[in-house]
Amino acid sequence: MKPAQFAYARAKDLPHALALWAEAGEDAQILAGGQSLIAGLGLRLADTPALIDINHVPDLAGVTESGDRIRIGAMTRHAELARNPLVAEHAPAIAEAAPLIAHPAIQARGTIGGSLAYADPAAEFPACVVALDAELVVQGQGGERRIPAADFFLGLYETALEPFELLTAIEIPKAGRRRQTVQELVRRHGDYAIVGIVLAADVQGDTLGAAKVVYFGVGDAPVVAEGAARALEQGDVSAALKALNDDLDPPGDLTGGPETKRHLARVILQRAINALRAQ
Amino acid sequence: MSENGFAHEVDVTVIVNGERVSRRVDARRHLVDFLRLDVGLTGTHTGCEHGVCGACTVQVNGDVVRGCLMLAAQADGAEVWTVEGLSDNGSLDALQKAFVERNALQCGFCTPGMLITAADLLARDAKPSREEIREHISGNYCRCTGYEAIVDAVEMAAGTRAGATQAGGGSQ
Ligand SMILES: Cc1cc2nc3c(=O)[nH]c(=O)nc-3n(C[C@H](O)[C@H](O)[C@H](O)COP(=O)(O)OP(=O)(O)OC[C@H]3O[C@@H](n4cnc5c(N)ncnc54)[C@H](O)[C@@H]3O)c2cc1C
Ligand code: FES
Ligand code: FES
Repeated sequence: MKPAQFAYARAKDLPHALALWAEAGEDAQILAGGQSLIAGLGLRLADTPALIDINHVPDLAGVTESGDRIRIGAMTRHAELARNPLVAEHAPAIAEAAPLIAHPAIQARGTIGGSLAYADPAAEFPACVVALDAELVVQGQGGERRIPAADFFLGLYETALEPFELLTAIEIPKAGRRRQTVQELVRRHGDYAIVGIVLAADVQGDTLGAAKVVYFGVGDAPVVAEGAARALEQGDVSAALKALNDDLDPPGDLTGGPETKRHLARVILQRAINALRAQ
Repeated sequence: MSENGFAHEVDVTVIVNGERVSRRVDARRHLVDFLRLDVGLTGTHTGCEHGVCGACTVQVNGDVVRGCLMLAAQADGAEVWTVEGLSDNGSLDALQKAFVERNALQCGFCTPGMLITAADLLARDAKPSREEIREHISGNYCRCTGYEAIVDAVEMAAGTRAGATQAGGGSQ
């Protein structure tokens, strides 16, 4: 289907993008990879008076290293994240997640900033940034602010971004000795996950120190499984699997009912633990 | 195109299959409709128009992308290759021969997208496994063939390439 009419402008730089947004009003939208937005406009699920194309804004794409963190520009594409050596070394969960997202043609355009701002509950990157304790850097007319990933996802397609605030970068503490993995169950490669998990921990023998267990596809936003994480820190896998009963309350969706999802959540926790131990 | 401000109509200049094309388009014009309706290149197809089927697959600045998930306005200044150009310059020769030989098309609706997607895979990996071929074309729907013959054809084209290299680069 074809989208309704809208106006288009190509931003030259960040101040220009923010000025264009102010001019066009709150309902104007940032056009990043367009892989969710253009589809939504065509289906007339979204409607906007104007698009501000940030694909030509310098310095929004790319990965840099500073001290104990890496910084990923919001416009860094999924395909780049899958092959970037800094990401592979310091945020391996992001590198592992990127090829799971859709198909090569969508990975070539889709951006991590767009994925986080869109906040699909079954998307990989939102769960990754929560599990990796990332900080999201956002820029509005009033200047820059930083939002911990854990506070960013408020609900279904809902984030802590205020009107006229643009996500510019994601800062992630380097993994160091912590190990990370992403596991998901899909019917077909590239589909949104039925259930997915990001697990990060400091593996010492049987115990998974400071474990982070974050699910996607089981709620309105990434779901942190606290009980399972505490059990894994004690090295008690069966207690972790049981704890998921309290940690998760998955609503049924097109991919399965709550009980199916609970079962699959246990299956992938076990797989994630095995993957982490095998690293 | 208008340099700084918003516009409902945008002037674009795109290099399509090596030729410079300038048009004024609606801001909402999808790249695939620009190619089909404004430029008259109907080899690129439209199926779902929301990124799912892969019929609209084209190359933009070297990347394989969905023509229905990019605006023509965004392609201003870009280099675009479609199945027409990639056929004329011989890039798809081995794949096209293999598709014919293995009966990898029936109605042919999905074929342009399949060829461009498969060419992208072979450019990255000259000898992909069947599994890798399946994975790479997972975003391209075919309603007719059941995929088996398409995987055969891509495998065959890959074999042709590897064989040609072994034989000293000559093609038959
Ligand atoms: C067939 C198909 C399958 C897919 N499968 C998956 C999948 O399995 N997993 C998955 O995670 N995703 C999947 N996606 C979505 C894909 O990953 C998108 O690329 C992503 O969700 C959005 O990123 P984008 O850069 O394309 O953003 P856009 O589509 O350009 O934007 C999405 C939204 O975010 C806003 N936005 C974008 N960037 C910013 C920014 N920097 N600051 C503020 N707001 C911003 C936009 O205004 C818009 O509202 C799929 C898409 C398709 C078409
Ligand atoms: S028409 Fe573009 S993916 Fe279906
Ligand atoms: S040959 Fe008919 S859709 Fe593929």
